[in-house]
Amino acid sequence: MMHWIILPVVLPAMLAPIIGFVMRYDITLARVASLAGTAVLLAVAIGLLVLAADGETHVYRLGNWPAPFGIVLVLDRLSALMVLLTAILALIVLLHAIATEWDDRGLHFHALFQFQLMGICGAFLTGDIFNLFVFFEVLLIASYGLMIHSGGRERLQAGLQYVVMNLAGSTLFLFALGTLYASTGTLNIADLALRIPEIPQEEASLVRVASMLLIIVFAVKAALFPVQFWLPGTYANAPAPVAALFAIMTKVGAYAIIRVHTVSFGPGVGSTEDVGAILLYPAAIITIAIGALGVLGARRLMPLIAFSVVGSMGTLLVAVSAFSPLATTAALYYLVHSTFATACLFLLADLVVTRRSGDLLKAQPPTVQNGLFAALFFAAAIAMAGMPPLSGFLGKLLVLDALRDPGVIPWVWTAILVGSLFTIVGFARAGSTLFWKSTALDIPEDGVAVTRQASAAEIAPTVATIAILALLAVFAGTVANYLEATTLQLFDRAGYISAVLGLPVEG
Amino acid sequence: MTLANTPKTWRSAEMELIIASAIAVLTAGGVYLILRLRTFPVILGLALLSYAVNVFLFSSGRLAIDMSPTLSKYGDGTYSDPLPQALVLTAIVISFGMTAVLVMLALGAFLEAEEDRIDIVADEDAEAPAEDPRS
Repeated sequence: MMHWIILPVVLPAMLAPIIGFVMRYDITLARVASLAGTAVLLAVAIGLLVLAADGETHVYRLGNWPAPFGIVLVLDRLSALMVLLTAILALIVLLHAIATEWDDRGLHFHALFQFQLMGICGAFLTGDIFNLFVFFEVLLIASYGLMIHSGGRERLQAGLQYVVMNLAGSTLFLFALGTLYASTGTLNIADLALRIPEIPQEEASLVRVASMLLIIVFAVKAALFPVQFWLPGTYANAPAPVAALFAIMTKVGAYAIIRVHTVSFGPGVGSTEDVGAILLYPAAIITIAIGALGVLGARRLMPLIAFSVVGSMGTLLVAVSAFSPLATTAALYYLVHSTFATACLFLLADLVVTRRSGDLLKAQPPTVQNGLFAALFFAAAIAMAGMPPLSGFLGKLLVLDALRDPGVIPWVWTAILVGSLFTIVGFARAGSTLFWKSTALDIPEDGVAVTRQASAAEIAPTVATIAILALLAVFAGTVANYLEATTLQLFDRAGYISAVLGLPVEG
Repeated sequence: MTLANTPKTWRSAEMELIIASAIAVLTAGGVYLILRLRTFPVILGLALLSYAVNVFLFSSGRLAIDMSPTLSKYGDGTYSDPLPQALVLTAIVISFGMTAVLVMLALGAFLEAEEDRIDIVADEDAEAPAEDPRS
């Protein structure tokens, strides 16, 4: 059996306590260990991607128990892609946190960071829905610690809201799982996919309730209307590198919807196949609108970026809600893009905000390296708003192209295009106030606090995210081909079921 | 296997009624308390909700009287489903840990802000939000 599959979970899980207990007071040692661990994770993730590229569904049975009885980890193209995405993002964020010394402003940053990676990788790899709940809790409890890292009044209060919101979400998750187990007798994703179609339509109302509850739970993670309101407060008040890492957390919610509602409740299952269209589609449209209005109305830089994240999640989930192979391919491309675009904006905002007094969108005398930050902000805003030449444009184009059904065009196209326009206006206003208007102000003789120049190590992670976005646009064809194969494998439910349950392949 | 066609393990209508109303009361109380604006009632509310969900998870394997979760005599069906009991154990441990974290966090927020409101009324135009206004 391939033991590599469990390594993305085991490696951070072993490393985190060692960092937490042994390297507690030695920040250099903790940095080296954390960086080394994340680099190894990246290597493993690349290895898993190569392994999954053969198109087979690799199954890791914990304790070698057969599937519906034991817990399984499943590696297919989609989970390999998500793990790789996590590893790349983690390495970039970690480099930024070390270079800007965010990790030294409180205890246990690196231990929590590794636990967070363990939870995220586990959630992407698991093939059991209760196990998914457990990994959700792991990543959440680590994120609570990271969210309030280095403390402060606003941050603790925002953190409290975040925790309460997610605890309520977890309770709802358990209610959904109980309902699902009572009506099907299993919690294995593949086994569910086998059992649910067997339930007669008239008796399937409980399964339908469970499916809707699960959508709501995942929507809390993915910041979908009407449960999106935790996101702006959390992201705006979290330490900026943590907010950049959280870019992948919303994607965990999106991934869970894609996985569970395609494989278990997906197309072709009479009782639950329309849940996406009923719940997800209108909610995603409203989410785009909220994000756009928030960007336009924001008076601080961090909430502005946070609302643009809400908008991008709306765009992502509107593509997911179609549950068609074409739209899912577009959604996955946009998912990869928006993860790096979000991270880029937060990392850059960190560099800018720490050199000004607060993140208020107000003209102040220019700080050091004004031109460099302005150029980076311009590139990042272009990516987030979805303008050429970066990958945001291609992502939105793919989404629009996939959703060409006459019934949905008026809503989807209007929402995405008008939303993009609002985002452009919002970012243009913010950028010109922060960087351009500043240059028109007189520099007072002694009033400007001398700010430290950002070193190359501090700027490198931000530049790296922009480089990735550019590469994503240049190699869009290659990436899209891989994603198309990913989607084909995702929608091949029979292949997934027979691989996980060890059944003979039909036909 | 659905709720409708497995009536034989549902031995006692009274137990069903008591369990169902207990879950209902706990959930109602929990939701009411979560909607308060102070941290202490919210924590209590979340605790009540987690109790409710634990009982609910436990009952998702059917309610049974005098049945152990182990297979004693093969094939006669006199055992209760062990899986929900394992699930509920996991859920209890997790919710216990989460409540502890929440209490510490709420305490931290209370000591920092000197009030325990859940909602933040941030001053939109304040120059430096991160700084402590007391200093």
